[in-house]
Amino acid sequence: MKKRHSFMRSIAAAPHIFWSVLFIILPLLIVLYYAFTDASGAFSFENILSLTEYAPIFALSLELSIIATAICLVIGYPLAYIIAKAKPERQKLYIMLLMLPMWTNLLIRTYSIMAILDDGGILNTLLGTTMHIVGTKGAVIFGMVYDFLPYMVLPIYTCVSKIDKNMWEAASDLGCSPVKVMTKVILPLSMSGIISGVTMVLVPSISTFYISQKLGGGTFELIGDTIERQFVTGALNVGAAISLVMMILILLSLSVMNKFTDSDEGGIIV
Amino acid sequence: MAKLIELKGITKSYDGQKVIDSMDLYIRDGEFITLLGPSGCGKTTTLRIIGGFETADEGKLYFDGAEISDVPAYKRNVNTVFQKYALFPHLNVYENIAFPLRLKKVAEDDIKKRVGEMLKMVALLGFENKSVSTLSGGQQQRVAIARALISHPKVLLLDEPLGALDLKLRKDMQNELKTIQQAIGITFIYVTHDQEEALSMSDTVVVMADGEIQQIGTPTDIYNEPKNAFVADFIGESNIIDGIMLEDRRVKFSQHIFDCVDGGFGKGEAVDVVVRPEDVDVVAPEAGMLTGQVTAVTFKGVHYEIIVDIKGFKWMIQSTDFVAEGAIIGLYIEPDAIHIMKKSKYSGKFGDYSSFSDEMDRLSDADSAEEF
Amino acid sequence: MKHLSRAYLILIFGILYIPILTLILFSFNSSNSTASFTGFSLEWYAELFASAETFIALRNSLILAVLSALISTVIGTAAAEGIYKMRSKFMKSAVNSVTNIPMMNPDIVTGMSMMLFFVAVAAIIGLEYESIGFTAMLISHTTFCLPYVILSVLPRINELGDSLSEAALDLGCTPIQAFFKVKLPNIMPGVLSGMIMAFTMSLDDFVISYFVGSSNFQTLPLLIYSMTKKKVTPDMYALSTLIIVTVFVLLVLSNIKSGKKLDAKKKGGK
Repeated sequence: MKKRHSFMRSIAAAPHIFWSVLFIILPLLIVLYYAFTDASGAFSFENILSLTEYAPIFALSLELSIIATAICLVIGYPLAYIIAKAKPERQKLYIMLLMLPMWTNLLIRTYSIMAILDDGGILNTLLGTTMHIVGTKGAVIFGMVYDFLPYMVLPIYTCVSKIDKNMWEAASDLGCSPVKVMTKVILPLSMSGIISGVTMVLVPSISTFYISQKLGGGTFELIGDTIERQFVTGALNVGAAISLVMMILILLSLSVMNKFTDSDEGGIIV
Repeated sequence: MAKLIELKGITKSYDGQKVIDSMDLYIRDGEFITLLGPSGCGKTTTLRIIGGFETADEGKLYFDGAEISDVPAYKRNVNTVFQKYALFPHLNVYENIAFPLRLKKVAEDDIKKRVGEMLKMVALLGFENKSVSTLSGGQQQRVAIARALISHPKVLLLDEPLGALDLKLRKDMQNELKTIQQAIGITFIYVTHDQEEALSMSDTVVVMADGEIQQIGTPTDIYNEPKNAFVADFIGESNIIDGIMLEDRRVKFSQHIFDCVDGGFGKGEAVDVVVRPEDVDVVAPEAGMLTGQVTAVTFKGVHYEIIVDIKGFKWMIQSTDFVAEGAIIGLYIEPDAIHIMKKSKYSGKFGDYSSFSDEMDRLSDADSAEEF
Repeated sequence: MKHLSRAYLILIFGILYIPILTLILFSFNSSNSTASFTGFSLEWYAELFASAETFIALRNSLILAVLSALISTVIGTAAAEGIYKMRSKFMKSAVNSVTNIPMMNPDIVTGMSMMLFFVAVAAIIGLEYESIGFTAMLISHTTFCLPYVILSVLPRINELGDSLSEAALDLGCTPIQAFFKVKLPNIMPGVLSGMIMAFTMSLDDFVISYFVGSSNFQTLPLLIYSMTKKKVTPDMYALSTLIIVTVFVLLVLSNIKSGKKLDAKKKGGK
């Protein structure tokens, strides 16, 4: 009777739980199934074993996305910090300016960068040069940074703006130099924002395929491109295996990173 | 007065911790009863069980003779004034008060009339269209009372309703609540940790500690005849000294034999002796029944609070005459100022002022207020 | 220091907005060049409005976004209430973790898993994939919108606590009346912002739609994708400009509204 009572309390969550099992867990199980079967449906390790040939692609994706994430952090932290220190009405304006590109479709944003950087693009036309930018790693990294920078800034901003103003005064009162205040007080306190910013940039960077298609100029393939190619060519089993590995890697690293933040504070803000 | 609510063997635990331990209590129709005790004593839980927000693990609850243990809150003829008022922020004053009537689909003119009466009773006429968030604490309190009373409940539950108000306002509201209760003549069950509030408003006070009822009685009974060391200490200031009952009306404590007015104890029985600070007279050392040295004197406005060391036990005495710190004084105690109590599990824990400090007292008060 | 901050803000926002501004500029270009501006014209807008394809895609996107926002708001709000009432900590965190999977997982994995799931469903019920295309899309969009709704409603419910619901019960509401008459009006801001978020997420989604979608149900981002595959003509710029302007107007409006609310709160005091 008591059991039933406590179930009835949260009956409102039932449709959602049902939905989640059917449309989140079950599809992931199907990915698992595809990853471990061949085209005829027989059990097979072949897809997983064949992944070794994609190791260089994994490595490249990881390299580019880590560089992009690092750049986002280096650029984004000061930006978040400056915004958080601004006057309240200014803060609102800046955040809006930051959100606007984020709500603009990623395809459009990426495409407009391409139009600027392309061999016959605006930049070269304006400067009268023939720089070859699209098709380099740098262009892909720039695209990632450009597209995902707001995802880094927003959680850090939320976190920094919550830090009590008195904390500064208390720290300097106790004899911290501004640099020390930063490294000993502000940085540790904004850690949860940094971590959620890093995940929010790293995950889409590592799995992107549009950015590399447009700004990579078809010269190199990232893991997202590989999955997309398997999908287009109908090699679903290998695609599923790659997705599975990527998902496991990402969820694992997320849970490791979440260990460093004590709560869901700073959370995910989109 | 007939029994209106009856609790029989009510027990409630949270996470294996007993908050209320087989409690028996009845509440009469039309009385103002207060559940009084420190934080964590189970008073709020008791109120919540009566209100229907918690279900007792064991025991039965009767209302007007019928068992209502499993009746949900919304079907009980009992309304509550919540600690933080719980006014609906999306509704204005009028709609907040009209809320219960709207649920019952009362006719519009009737609602208007009854809300008007209520507003008049709580002196808020003219506030109908105000947003509740713009009201002061005292005004919100009045809205909460009006809202709880409009559907004519038989019982009004009040959960520390004055806790958030400042002292002056609290005193005014105490009087007002008492007046309202007498005017409409329904039962008020009031929860507080403020003993002064309890004594000044109630017909009956239920003193609770550790999930058990320590004493039930009128305010005078509770103050003058506390049943054990806990009650004596919690209600007002008390010196509680170990004593030996020599025979009826003769007790020995602090190595002196006193006449007293209590009897019915065994010969040579160890007892707790309560002497209220205001009942002790300061006299010359040679005229005193007890003598001791003054260790601290604090001016309190109406009197001085004097801490006297008598053979290692620190007494608190309230006197209008100043005594110097370090002075040797005598104490004189009338027989009817001595109250004898049976030993209990609270003996020895209270009533010694050796570590007394005003500040500590205030700190712990603030603590207990916050927990609610 | 102040000047340095200002300069930094201008620099970053400048870089962030240059591609978007050039895109807007070139949508008014009189030639079809995306590199040199030859003169002002509205011909690309005219061409855009003449294209039936664009309107169908826009209509599809709106239908999908409205429906998935509504469904996810209803299920998600109920779920938030249910999760709030859950007594078991384990159950709570289990439900939360599963809910967050689509948010944490790369879109490409979510898209892949959904696609495989619906392929299997179509096979089991013996229908062509195309014939369940819209349903598959709607379910997928609702699924990835759900966590955003819950994330936006749950904190409101937590903040509100039990006191108002208890007061409602006390005054004679049944539990269901208490939810609709008292709780819902007071968590409405969270519900609405969850719904808006779901709406924009759905409107903006490309990756999951790309995997799950079928040729007979094209959304705006899918159309943009197929347009950017070819040599782009400025009519896509015109389309992007319209989207950006719409988003901008919505953002400004919602900010003004929430700003007003904030002011009112400030004035009201405690």
